[in-house]
Amino acid sequence: MTDATMTHAHSQEAPPRRALARQVLPYAMLSPAVLVTLAIVFFPMVQTAWMSLHDYVLFRPNVFEWVGLKNFRTALQDEVFWISLWHTVIWMCTTIPAQLLLGLVTALLLNQSFPWRPLARALIIIPWALPSVVIALMWVWIYDSNYGVANEFLLRLGLIQKAIPWLANPDTALASIILTLTWQGFPFFAVMILAGLQSIPRSYYEAASIDGASTWRQFWHITLPGISGVMVTAVLLRTIWVANSFDVIFVMTGGGPGYATYTLPLFAFVKARTNLDFGYGSAIAVLFTLLLMLVVVVYLKRTGKAVS
Amino acid sequence: MALGRRSTLRRILTVDLPMLAILAFTLGPYLWMFLTSISDESTLFTEGPSIWNATIENYTRLFATVGFADNLLDSLIVASGTVAVGLSLSVTAAYAFSRFNFRGKRILMLQFLLINMFPLVLLILPLFVLMRVLGLLDTHLALIIANSTVAIPFSIWMMVSYMNGIPRSLDEAAMTDGCTRMQALRRVVLPLCLPGIIATGIYIFITSWNEYLYALTLGGRNVRTITVAVQTLIGEYEVQWGLLTAGGIVGALPATVLFLAVQKRLISGLTQGAVKG
Repeated sequence: MTDATMTHAHSQEAPPRRALARQVLPYAMLSPAVLVTLAIVFFPMVQTAWMSLHDYVLFRPNVFEWVGLKNFRTALQDEVFWISLWHTVIWMCTTIPAQLLLGLVTALLLNQSFPWRPLARALIIIPWALPSVVIALMWVWIYDSNYGVANEFLLRLGLIQKAIPWLANPDTALASIILTLTWQGFPFFAVMILAGLQSIPRSYYEAASIDGASTWRQFWHITLPGISGVMVTAVLLRTIWVANSFDVIFVMTGGGPGYATYTLPLFAFVKARTNLDFGYGSAIAVLFTLLLMLVVVVYLKRTGKAVS
Repeated sequence: MALGRRSTLRRILTVDLPMLAILAFTLGPYLWMFLTSISDESTLFTEGPSIWNATIENYTRLFATVGFADNLLDSLIVASGTVAVGLSLSVTAAYAFSRFNFRGKRILMLQFLLINMFPLVLLILPLFVLMRVLGLLDTHLALIIANSTVAIPFSIWMMVSYMNGIPRSLDEAAMTDGCTRMQALRRVVLPLCLPGIIATGIYIFITSWNEYLYALTLGGRNVRTITVAVQTLIGEYEVQWGLLTAGGIVGALPATVLFLAVQKRLISGLTQGAVKG
């Protein structure tokens, strides 16, 4: 009874004010976050695009000359740009499938029941929580040409005849880094896929085994469709993440030896950091972003069809 | 009985052993680093890392001569500052996304998702120029701002998913009882999603603690975070692997411990996109 009168009274005196408040309130609540992101994300992004159209070298701070698309033309004629682009393609096309595969196997194992499963699940994620600098440090130590454990291990197994300077040799440097990045990123896939696996109802498998479906067919017809959505999302997130993470490479080799481990984001960063050429660096960053966006859009289009 | 034993054996062969192999691959490098860090520097290169003559000498040297304590403090200030900025700005925004329908909601939500997709290298150059103009280079504030570019959108997304898990009827009940919107948010919704907020905060803390490129570019002599300090060690003490790996262990420890503490809740938030109410 009291409740009814209260709501009644409310709705009688309030309509115009409350309606206005209702309309303004969400925007008021959003505005701090939106304004700050505008200031620290969108404004700087526009500035990158703007800088890429100028001649802007930091040790000549007074020169900020409009040059149109000159930086982009220089980039496309720059041999290092194409080398970096090629490495970026190799790097993305090997790291992500390797992570996905290893993550899938790990998730399938973690989905079985065995006594120490909770422990395994907690420990598997550790590489993901480590600072990239520390990851780079420990893998440099592992790959060390004189005292590294990788050489020691392979020598004892008789797989190599003499110690290989993994990171100093242009032929092995990129592959070594890809292994490190795979190690760093596969736990993410494992955890995401495991969550997907656990959302598949047990009854599906029970019904299938009553119908006599083999383990392999169960995997193909129940498990894979059940986790495809999660895998699509995970691959997308990882692609963006891996594309971003040049910090491990930067610390491990700095792009060397020569240009053997240059990738596009690293190239842009090094151009700006060591040559202080912010105009050119920005142009490469913009080009890289456009390429990445293209990949993401194509990927979403194709997988969107496949999944639905 | 015999059947039971056989299936246990089978499980060990098909599940336990492969799992152990993967775990060895996962933890091996980390354990190797730890083992190196407690090995005696003088015997490290003759006999290799070993557990038998374990020493903490590398760690004491790390704090005595390299001055790691200051770097830890810098990292702590930056990471805590980022948590404070990230959480405080995103609580009300997440509530608005979770509870209201308004014009432009989809676009705004999408905008916060898209921000996370742009390569870091696109932001790092203009942020450097911006901080230079503002005279903020080599201050904690610069690093907090830079880390917030990732922290704000991330925590908005996480918190929207946590808040969606709390039934709307709860805040409506509170408002029927005379609470205003903000009171309903503060007294009903926030306490309920506190675990989610803590997990989000810890995740922001870890990512800011681990962040390296912004710290390198925007930091300097005064503000040198632990990640930059570790990287500097690599340059300065090139062959002293005992000291280097000790630095790595110290740098990684806070994030690892925090992560193990909240990983369950965090992962459920990240993977399911919502927590059951």
